Amino acid sequence: MAILLTVNGSPHEVDIDPATPLLYVLRDELALNGAKYGCGLGQCGSCTVVVDGEAVLSCMVPVMLLEGREITTVEGLGTIDKPGPLQQAFIEVQAAQCGYCVPGMMMSAHALLRRNARPSDAEIREALATNLCRCGTHMRILAAIRRAGELMQAASLPRPDEGRAG
Amino acid sequence: MWALRVVIVFVAAIVLAVGAFFFLAWRSEIPEDAAAAEATFAPELVAKGAQLAALGNCIACHTVPGKPAFAGGLAVPTPFGTIYSTNITPDRETGIGGWSEEAFQRAMNEGVDRRGSHLYPAFPYDHFTRVSAEDNRALYAFLMTRPAVKAEAPRNDLQFPLTYRPLLAAWKLAFFDRGELEPDSSQSEAWTRGRYLAEGLGHCGACHTPRNALGAEDRDHYFGGGEAEGWQAYAINKDSKAPIPWDEQSLAFYLRNGWHEFHGVSRGPMAEVTGNLSALPDSDIMAIATYVTSIMGDPTPERGQRAAQLREQFEGDYREQTADSQSSPVNASGGSPGEAIYVAACASCHEGQRRQPFGGLNFELSTAVNAPNPQNIVNVVLFGLPPADGEASAVMPAFRHLLSDQQVADVLAYMRERFSEEQPWAGLVELIANTRSGAHRVTIRPSDGIERAPHNVGAEEG
Ligand code: FES
Ligand code: FES
Repeated sequence: MAILLTVNGSPHEVDIDPATPLLYVLRDELALNGAKYGCGLGQCGSCTVVVDGEAVLSCMVPVMLLEGREITTVEGLGTIDKPGPLQQAFIEVQAAQCGYCVPGMMMSAHALLRRNARPSDAEIREALATNLCRCGTHMRILAAIRRAGELMQAASLPRPDEGRAG
Repeated sequence: MWALRVVIVFVAAIVLAVGAFFFLAWRSEIPEDAAAAEATFAPELVAKGAQLAALGNCIACHTVPGKPAFAGGLAVPTPFGTIYSTNITPDRETGIGGWSEEAFQRAMNEGVDRRGSHLYPAFPYDHFTRVSAEDNRALYAFLMTRPAVKAEAPRNDLQFPLTYRPLLAAWKLAFFDRGELEPDSSQSEAWTRGRYLAEGLGHCGACHTPRNALGAEDRDHYFGGGEAEGWQAYAINKDSKAPIPWDEQSLAFYLRNGWHEFHGVSRGPMAEVTGNLSALPDSDIMAIATYVTSIMGDPTPERGQRAAQLREQFEGDYREQTADSQSSPVNASGGSPGEAIYVAACASCHEGQRRQPFGGLNFELSTAVNAPNPQNIVNVVLFGLPPADGEASAVMPAFRHLLSDQQVADVLAYMRERFSEEQPWAGLVELIANTRSGAHRVTIRPSDGIERAPHNVGAEEG
């Protein structure tokens, strides 16, 4: 059955059983391999993506529920040449060990920062409670998310050279 | 002359009635005890008090999540308005720092504060009046040795005339049965202990017994099911809807661990209760189970038969973990829209092969699906079960961002039809919409092992 999905702003028509979880469609049909398969059971968070602004576990969501919804994956946050603030912050702080959990962490953080640009550590921990990291880089992940918040705020302020004549 | 006499008699009657009422309502102030907060207590007494406070779940109402323990200020919604819990830390000005033990004993026994004001029965003194003086002494020792926190509770937001506390004397006259319970010599020691714990500090009935229009427990429907913080507290008498009836062993296991293979995980306010009960010794947990199952009574033969089938189906080590969510363990027969969603989104966990508490409960075993009111399933579908902080716990993802009210209603209708013999639920869409919007207020808490203070990441005020 044909399902129409909007991922990172582009429409995709996929011919698939509507009961298929989004994660498999992203990875197998759309070659978007950012979202990771960790457990396939809704327990680890490595498959987290954002749907209409909210973090969801893509391994748990059948695509039948997603027509007409705005799906964002880690690929939608920026590119290698032009990393988005979250990606840049993770690079700056070197918040990854193996990196497997990181796309999920970034997407949970993305949803959080959209509604709260200056979250407290407690709020970050709460928003990321369903994201597991086996390598134990949690302290750096916290630092990266704080840093991303700063970068986003800086980006939304007028730049020092803006508005200057000539 | 005649008319004057009538007036005089009438006025005299009123004066007498008002006088009698005030006499009845009046309680003396117990003088402030300046040394109370500095008193020292034997460590064993304090330790015992800590256990009793856990049994009483005091922290649940007397703490705002994320704020200092026992400092009060939590909004407790009631049908009569909002009551804010009080500060029970030993702060002299805003807490109970000036309370002598006598004042504390009286509050527990009679529901009257140190100054002599009647307390609202949101403070369950209808249960706490059953607590022995000795246990109250230990509780007092525990509370008076907590860190003092300066925190003034917000003013209660109650409808007039309920703001006038002497009226509570009338409520007490009608509904309050003061004092410890008479021993029942026909019962075992464990049962007697269980009744003491469950009826007294445990105050099970405060949530599990329905209330009348004036907010008093309806003793004719003892343990017949009530409400707490936006959740249904199930019937735990003969009307229990558990497909496999509770027995002493399963109930004790559930109270001890916060889950049971045949009943699922505790959640909502009950998660706090089972979390706190971890402070109690096994013998006390067992005693509570003995008492509560005696109230449930033996199941009817039909229930027993059905339970035997279910046991066969779900007992033992039939369960192996399935690979993942990609392959649903059941197929949709192409029926209702609710079925399609259930099969794709719910079945992989709820009919997968993972055991409790980490796998989803099979709904054949679910009390919620059989309950007269679908509120608890609605809460869990919309808000999920947030993980406990820093320990393994049951989790369920929230579906509020993925399912519309109609879709949730479709799934619930399908589940009711497939897993229960009961009548379909009425008014689902409206109930779901009200829960989602917050018109029906629900408190969302991690699934187990929680202590709400001082840090409780994950607890969310709904
Ligand atoms: S892969 Fe989705 S939560 Fe683990
Ligand atoms: S960096 Fe390896 S799992 Fe998080």
